[in-house]
Amino acid sequence: MSTPVCMTPPANPVENFLRTDRMPHIWCPGCGIGTTVNCFSRALLDSKTDLTKLSIVSGIGCTGRVAGYVNLDSFHTTHGRAIPFATGLKLANPEMTVVVYSGDGDLFAIGGNHLIHAARRNVDLKVICVNNLTYAMTGGQTAPTTPLDVITATAPYGTYDPAFNLPFLVEAAGAVYVARWTTFHVRQLARSMAEMFKKKGFGFIEIISPCPTLYQRRNKMGDALDTMKFYKQFSKIKHGAPTAEVGLTKSGEIIVGKFVDRERPDFTSMMRAHLEHALGEKYIPVEGPVCS
Amino acid sequence: MHADPVGVLTGAHFLDGDHAACEGAIAAGARFSAGYPITPSTEIVERFSHRAPKIGGTFIQMEDELAASIAILGAVWGGVKAFTVTSGPGFSLMMEHIGYAAMTETPCVFIDVQRGGPSTGLPTLPAQADMMQVKWGSHGDYEIIALCPNSPQECFDLTIKAFNLAERYRVPVFVMMDEVVGHMTEKVVIPPAEQIEVEPRRWTSKDKSAFQLFAPCGEEQTPEMTRAGEGYNVHVTGLTHDERGYPNMTPAVQDRMIRRLVSKIRDNADKICMVEQDEIAGADVVVISYGITSRVAQRAVENARAEGLKVGTLRLITAWPFPEHIIRAMAPNVKGLVVPELNLGQMVREVERCAAGKCKVIAVGHAGGTVHDPAQILKAIQEAAK
Repeated sequence: MSTPVCMTPPANPVENFLRTDRMPHIWCPGCGIGTTVNCFSRALLDSKTDLTKLSIVSGIGCTGRVAGYVNLDSFHTTHGRAIPFATGLKLANPEMTVVVYSGDGDLFAIGGNHLIHAARRNVDLKVICVNNLTYAMTGGQTAPTTPLDVITATAPYGTYDPAFNLPFLVEAAGAVYVARWTTFHVRQLARSMAEMFKKKGFGFIEIISPCPTLYQRRNKMGDALDTMKFYKQFSKIKHGAPTAEVGLTKSGEIIVGKFVDRERPDFTSMMRAHLEHALGEKYIPVEGPVCS
Repeated sequence: MHADPVGVLTGAHFLDGDHAACEGAIAAGARFSAGYPITPSTEIVERFSHRAPKIGGTFIQMEDELAASIAILGAVWGGVKAFTVTSGPGFSLMMEHIGYAAMTETPCVFIDVQRGGPSTGLPTLPAQADMMQVKWGSHGDYEIIALCPNSPQECFDLTIKAFNLAERYRVPVFVMMDEVVGHMTEKVVIPPAEQIEVEPRRWTSKDKSAFQLFAPCGEEQTPEMTRAGEGYNVHVTGLTHDERGYPNMTPAVQDRMIRRLVSKIRDNADKICMVEQDEIAGADVVVISYGITSRVAQRAVENARAEGLKVGTLRLITAWPFPEHIIRAMAPNVKGLVVPELNLGQMVREVERCAAGKCKVIAVGHAGGTVHDPAQILKAIQEAAK
């Protein structure tokens, strides 16, 4: 007697997090963004985050499309402005966990001013930055994260302007949690995300991610698999590394790990404590959305 | 429904237009504002920063107008009523998010206290030169609503109206003040809360599986709404989207969506438009004006009437949508329409379009910095009456 066999393949545990009715997605073969979404889903599972009280806010670009594929309250905003949108959402509805999921160009070029101010205020936002070192959606132009001597669509002879070191910048601006991984480090990345979701304040994770279609191809760096091998060979885990020393080069070492994990009161706590002190019983704090 | 009494300072006050507009926003239920300081609008959020912590509200000073104008949209999707305020240069920076608000049908209010431009222009002096920018400033096709108060009392009343219209049509609504109205101080009567009508958000009661965030409902052709954290798992995008909010960049969906964004205002224009008319019947000349200019024009009209001229007045309380049918009906029956405004010819283009050659249309332009000399307007009335 044979045991009855269930013919339905077991559902992938992350499937519940996805808008499967929107598949297939727009990302290229070998792109790292899907890998980061998988890690994100696993982090949400592992951290047992209340998904009803979780919002995701994206800007514009390849990573900006993440908001459209996850089955959460999701907001695909304007180029560079995911963080101020998320700030308004969080302050109006403080019980929400608000994740900002966007790319390096969106967060550090057009949106750079917003990012440093949100970090300065220590607004309780969880920022996930997929850094593919280029503007991928528009065809691979030079970004503020593109390392020196890299060929791009707008630097046909190679780049000559220095790139931002994202963890260094974000730490200096005031973030309480700063980590970096590559799309090779899926388990570490998922653990790091789960850790950040539980920490109050402005958290930031940079994920170095391949763009085989534009960045790797143009620079003769091979395909997606070659990039994984490169990440494996050249990444070095250094928790607590001084962020000033983690800048990226075209083909040099990639320092990964958790660089910053510190305590600093977040914006809402500062505001409440201050207004309670200044106004006493006259202060009515915002407990939740109050719209009629 | 009625205003929440917590925010309403019932009584007679002596307020400038900026402060009155802030009280209007609070009475309408606004509990969030994000701002970036710019003369001559700053007093509105200065007052809000003082009032908000005592009424369960939040004010945050952002790093620029781009941030302020989208922080309020985030707050609206968080579940509150929200507004921002600005003037010329800041208004230019906010254009992107005015388009985003129109595209995502996010109810919100922008108050623009107009000053002379272009560029930095006249930071402390009046103009009415953003009237076309407010209609056409962001890219693409969309419709908005713009109101023009001419007194501190109206700054209070029309700011409430602006919030109500924003909620009814899920559209950005603009209070187009000017420096003079913003800084003039007059009596402002704030009624008891139970006498202030407040439009509730179009909260959906539909089941989570049946609800579509962008499916039109009712004669307003406007969808119902929810907020983050209610379990509806909404998707909101500035991309062309279908009724579920899912991106769908096809000509068919673009056509359906943009036509509805436009028609929900155009088809309801008669219900939205507000004007004030005086002695139109039998008039040879009608002076069409709005905002502070309507008060200056009144002197010219009275002087013209004293000379025996038959002059009526039409005040645009709603600049957008433009009250087309009123002008179309009026033009064949008058000799001329006189349009003074603190710009070199903006709303007069709409008047000319609707008059369609049936009567003279005389613009009385002014580059801004002060108000008109009533004699300029009188001269135009005399010319029109010939």
